[in-house]
Amino acid sequence: MAARPDSEDIAMDDAPTSHQPEVKDDTMVDDAGEDVEEEEDYEEEEEEEEEVQRVKLLPGSTETAASFEFSNEGHTLGNALRYVIMRNPEVEFCAYAIPHPSEAKMNVRIQTFEGTTAIEALEKGLRDIQELCDVVTDKFVAAADDFEKKKAATA
Amino acid sequence: MPHKPPTQEELEKRKIVGVNLETVTDVSSTDFPGHYPGEDHAWDIERFKRGFSVEFHQNDPHEASFSLIGIDASIANAFRRIMIADVPTLAIENVFVWNNTSVIQDEVLAHRLGLIPFTGGREGLTDFLKWYRKPANGDPAECKDFNTVALELNVKCEHNENADPNETDPTKLYHHAHVYAKDILFKPIGRQVDYFSGEDIIRPVNPDILIAKLRPGQEINVQMHMHKGVGSDHAKFSPVATASYRIMPTITITQPIIGRDAEKFQRCFPKGVIGLEKVTAEEAAQKGSGYEGHEGELKAVVVDPKSDTVSREALRHEEFKDKVKLGRRRDHFIYLVESTGQWKSDAIFLESVSHLKAKAKALEKQLVNMVR
Repeated sequence: MAARPDSEDIAMDDAPTSHQPEVKDDTMVDDAGEDVEEEEDYEEEEEEEEEVQRVKLLPGSTETAASFEFSNEGHTLGNALRYVIMRNPEVEFCAYAIPHPSEAKMNVRIQTFEGTTAIEALEKGLRDIQELCDVVTDKFVAAADDFEKKKAATA
Repeated sequence: MPHKPPTQEELEKRKIVGVNLETVTDVSSTDFPGHYPGEDHAWDIERFKRGFSVEFHQNDPHEASFSLIGIDASIANAFRRIMIADVPTLAIENVFVWNNTSVIQDEVLAHRLGLIPFTGGREGLTDFLKWYRKPANGDPAECKDFNTVALELNVKCEHNENADPNETDPTKLYHHAHVYAKDILFKPIGRQVDYFSGEDIIRPVNPDILIAKLRPGQEINVQMHMHKGVGSDHAKFSPVATASYRIMPTITITQPIIGRDAEKFQRCFPKGVIGLEKVTAEEAAQKGSGYEGHEGELKAVVVDPKSDTVSREALRHEEFKDKVKLGRRRDHFIYLVESTGQWKSDAIFLESVSHLKAKAKALEKQLVNMVR
């Protein structure tokens, strides 16, 4: 794996890791072990006992300006989350990106004014989405019931 | 400078996307804090509740149409995407071919079988059935009553001895010349009888889907395993044929369109969008209204903008120049959800909302975890 001492090429080990998770030991045996572990976690996740950490703070983040990485999320949550976070007056800037289409990762950048932190703004955004969903469900069910009643009355 | 709160008219105007002959205007939402100086646009659930409404246009098991009014495109689009790709359904995932002497190759047959929509007892499908986890390479499959539904298709084509000698129709000449979805039989295992019997039996939504055609001596004998899956994995798992929305069109007649022009104007739109009304004496008497001296003539009025396709045909004609303004309401989404039959169409939408909520909830927990 290591580059020859006289080689000008950058060895794979030295290449920037970007946002790939750091693998501490890259022997085959350990890799296989990790795979099994991940799949077990996957099962637990399905049973709503999530163990795999899917949110990560990217390096270079400060209290008021941070980038988050979400695994296995896409435009569905990304754009909705960006919208509710932008509705927060404490937030100076918020955007989301999917750095590469073949990696199931979504990044969210949040910059806040003094007085709140990026993490707090993200947490508020996630809570706001939940509240919003409750309102949509209530109004939708009420409208469906009303429609049924009206239909029954005219029939 | 003291800030003047926006008038109702101004607020309405902000919601409109302009549609011109070749261009569009004001496409993005502006309801963000800081966009309009001195105005409060912070997210507030009470304000959202007051401004948000749902209106049904149609609600049948296989097709529902409804409007969500007062919601942002990013949220509306999340619901649409979840309906297509994240609401789970049960579909045939594995086909075990014991015998297939038909002209359809095994893999093509398996693909066709996978695409057939099935339905069954709602409680069993949502609560009893769980995800099936694909075993690692070499491990035996873990098919249990709570994650696998077994089906069987066993048909053999034979001559019909009682057929008329001059008969040419293969379906009368032979038994089982056509293999239909209704020939697939559900084989309950374990507790599945409690959830999927009688009316709630696992069955194809459309019994008359043609799977294969056979000739005497040919047979298909396959066993199938159904698992739960999502549309992002394979389109056969998508609970909808289509789930889409249109944005509410607006048509504003700014200057009177009268007489033959009105009739031509009506023809620029789909049926029912523009109506023709007689100019009243009152209107004709009003100075500067543009109706003076036209009492009794027909004028164009907007009746049903929802049915408009926004073809912009009216904008191509010189006589309507500056007399009509087309647009769309940015916060009014007209959804059309067509179910494949496993879920009720309105239940698919509700499921998409609770899915988004569950997603946000899980990630909130994850975030707390991350900070710790």
